Order: sequence, then C-alpha cells, then structure tokens
Amino acid sequence: MSEIPGDLKFLKSHEWARAEDDGLVRVGISDHAQGQLGDLVYVELPEIGSAVKAGTGAAVVESVKAASDIYAPISGEVVEVNELLNDKPETINEDAYGAGWIFLVRPSDRAELDELLDANEYEELVENDDH
Amino acid sequence: MTEKTVLNATHRALGARMVDFGGWDMPINYGSQIEEHHAVRRDAGMFDVSHMTVIDLHGPRTREFLRHLLANSVDKLKVTGKALYSCMLNEQGGVIDDLIVYFFDEAHFRLVVNASTRVKDLAWIEQQAQAFGVEVKERPDFAMIAVQGPGARAKVLGLLHEVDRARIEKLGKFAAAAAQGPHGMPLFVARTGYTGEDGFEIIVPDEHAVALWEALAASGVAPAGLGARDTLRLEAGMNLYGQDMDETVSPWEANLGWTIALDEGRAFIGRPALEQQKAAGVPRVMVGLVLDDKGVLRHGQKVLTASGEGEILSGSFAPTLNKAVAFARIPAGTAGDVRVDIRGREVPVRLVKYPFVRDGKPCEGI
Repeated sequence: MSEIPGDLKFLKSHEWARAEDDGLVRVGISDHAQGQLGDLVYVELPEIGSAVKAGTGAAVVESVKAASDIYAPISGEVVEVNELLNDKPETINEDAYGAGWIFLVRPSDRAELDELLDANEYEELVENDDH
Repeated sequence: MTEKTVLNATHRALGARMVDFGGWDMPINYGSQIEEHHAVRRDAGMFDVSHMTVIDLHGPRTREFLRHLLANSVDKLKVTGKALYSCMLNEQGGVIDDLIVYFFDEAHFRLVVNASTRVKDLAWIEQQAQAFGVEVKERPDFAMIAVQGPGARAKVLGLLHEVDRARIEKLGKFAAAAAQGPHGMPLFVARTGYTGEDGFEIIVPDEHAVALWEALAASGVAPAGLGARDTLRLEAGMNLYGQDMDETVSPWEANLGWTIALDEGRAFIGRPALEQQKAAGVPRVMVGLVLDDKGVLRHGQKVLTASGEGEILSGSFAPTLNKAVAFARIPAGTAGDVRVDIRGREVPVRLVKYPFVRDGKPCEGI
C-alpha cells in the first residue's frame, strides 16, 4: 500500500479531496479503496458543469467485482473530469492519489473541507478496517 | 465457522485477497484478477478448488443408483476413468446441484459436487442411496487443484513420473486416470475444467497439496483466484449453481437441455416433471447478452424485452472481450430489441449464442 499524502482530506467512504492552489478541489478514491474494489473496468464520470453536493453520489466506478458510488467530499460545480479514465480506468488502480484523480470541483463552501478526515485520521480508519 | 483448505496459508503467503465463499475462506485474487484471467487464456493458471466436495459411492448397485439419481445417463460411462457432467434434480425437475461423475468400476463411482451445496447434496444422496444399498462416503481428505490454459497440460505432464507421462498425455477430454506426481505422490488427473481452456483438474491427498502447488508454480503456472475463475467460466458459457440455476429452475430453463438423457425406460428423479414441461412448452429461456457500450452487466439487473421482463443471472466484465457479457433468463420467443436497466438507464444489448470465448478466442458473432 502506498503512503497516504499528507495534503489530502478524506470521507469515511474512501474518497479523497485535495485543495489546489487555484482554489479548486480535486477528487479521487483512496489507494485502500482501489485495492478493495480490485481491477477497475469502467468509470462513469460526472458531467462538466453539473452541481455536486457533499456526501452524495457524483460518479460511479465499476470493478470486475462490483459497482460503487463515489461521493463528492465537497459541494460545488464540476469544472473538469479525468477523461483518461474513459480509456484507462485502471489508472486508478495504478496511481489512486495522482493520475487516477476523478473530477475537479469549484467549491461553493471551502469550509466543508474542515469536516473531512485528515490523512492521519483516515489511516487510522483504514487500519481498523483491516482487522 | 469459516472453513479453510489445506492451501490457505499458501494463498496468504502469496498475498491473496481472501473472501468468504460459501463458508470457505478463499482467494479472490493474488493482485490483479484480470491478469490472472489472461494468464489462463494465454498460458497456464491454477486454482485451489479444494472446497469442492468429493464423494465416493461404493456398492454393486451403484450404476443402477446413479441411473435413478442423475438426469444425464451414466450408461454413457463405459470405460474406467470416463467422466460425465450431469444435473441432480428434485421431483419438480428443479436443479439440486450440477456435478461431475467419474466411473472407476461397477462398484465404485466418484461425484464432485459444489461446495456451497455440500450439506443438502449429501443428505439427498444418502437418502436416495439407501434403497440401493450404496455407501456414500465423503472424501474431505482430498484437495483439488485445477490447472488450466493452453500450456497447462504440458506443465503438469512435466511433473509426472515418466512412466505415467505418455498415458496421461493421451487422456481424452472428460477422462481421468491415476498417476504419480512429484516425489511419487498419488494423483487423480482429470482432463476437465471450468474455464473453456484445455487442462487438468487434479485430486490430491491433502498432505501433498502444498508440494504439488509449489511444483506447479515452479513450472510457471500462475496462481489464479476465484475472481478469474468466475470471468473465465462466464466467457466459456458455463453455468454457476445458485446464480444461473437452482431448485426453482429446470435444466430446460438453464440451457442444460443437452445434459438431459431421456433414454427409454429410465425412471430418474424429476423425469416426469421435465417431460411435462417439455410438452407444455418451457416459458423461460436462458440467453447470452453482450453490451457493446460502456458499462457492466451484473446479476439481478432487469432485462426489458417486447415479450416481458427477464433478469441477468451471471454478468460481468469479460477481460478477453474487453466488454461486458451476461447470461439472462427471459420469456421464451423473445426477439428484437433487448435492453438492460443499469441504475435506471436503459441500455441496449445484443442477444447472442454463447459460449462467448473458446480456446482463448472470441467466438463468432461476439
């Protein structure tokens, strides 16, 4: 399992959020989550311009095994999606915290970020998960 | 209480992701289920299938008993080592289980039945066997390793005692024989499988299973988990008990008509019900579906047709085809547009004849 980057915030449902310098928030799923799901074969991306609400479904990832909803960690407008995932959904398996990001949000309330778990809290959650 | 096969520690040492499968702690993959799938299609992979139930039947009236118990005809088994796939039905013609029966001699046959149906199968078989004085003996002392793929047979043959190699190499499909493995361990080698590839399923005494697994690994056979086993058998058009058929479904409705032998004068369990259904017309049929668009067909999704609704039985992304395929049970006589409801979206699918993949290649029209 790869190291959890310290600048990420997490939902308990294993989505990460990264506040970028330009005020936008990048979203993906954790390395732990991709490991649990197994080989990803399809990602249903949100539409650019659509509104997402914190804690509700914004995208779907499908592995060979199962389909899983991806919840938005923060409310706002989707300004960009990772088109690479249309052809290479396995990018999430290979690099969950980097090239495997899913969508980019212009947040309506950045304070929502404070309600998320930080990297240490998430790591603890995952460790308890494994036992 | 979760059961473990004798290879459990071996799987864990290989870093397998373990899941509960019908009460057994089994490897779903050892990293990438798709890579394991490709390993079997392209060269050779091995599966621990020791959770499956081996049952030996003994007694002079065993053949007569099996004529009564099974929907396929054991009279097709004339030569020692020959195997037959059959359904075991209830009185209503529903499938209690599907199994393989091996013929040793008139007083000894062997059944291999599913793991998830072990308890009810044993109870049913014991109950039916009484009238024939047949002894029903479970063999928990055996492990089983399936070695599958275009390179599988050669890799197994290389591990056999040289006096056995030529004989096992000549083994026909659906036939089995005893042979000596590494260090002289006694093996029962069957040219059967559940992947649509050539290969062997090997029954081995528990105490030799780890050594056999390690010898196979050293010969270049890739460990593969139940995840790959499921996508391989789906591509190959093979049913999974509990998902594609159960006690409420007859073989006619599970595309298993080819396994029913209505040979003259043989009164097997379920036969009257099957004949009645056939005469009245079977209301539902099992078909193959291909999704050319993006998305994944999955168990339980609703199938929409002009003649009514059906449902997806086994459905998955098919790694060899790089798209989703499924079995579905739909009203008989359906033609024209067929759609599947994927999370509220109606997606068009193609109705096809399966298998989807055979001997490593997509079948025509898939």
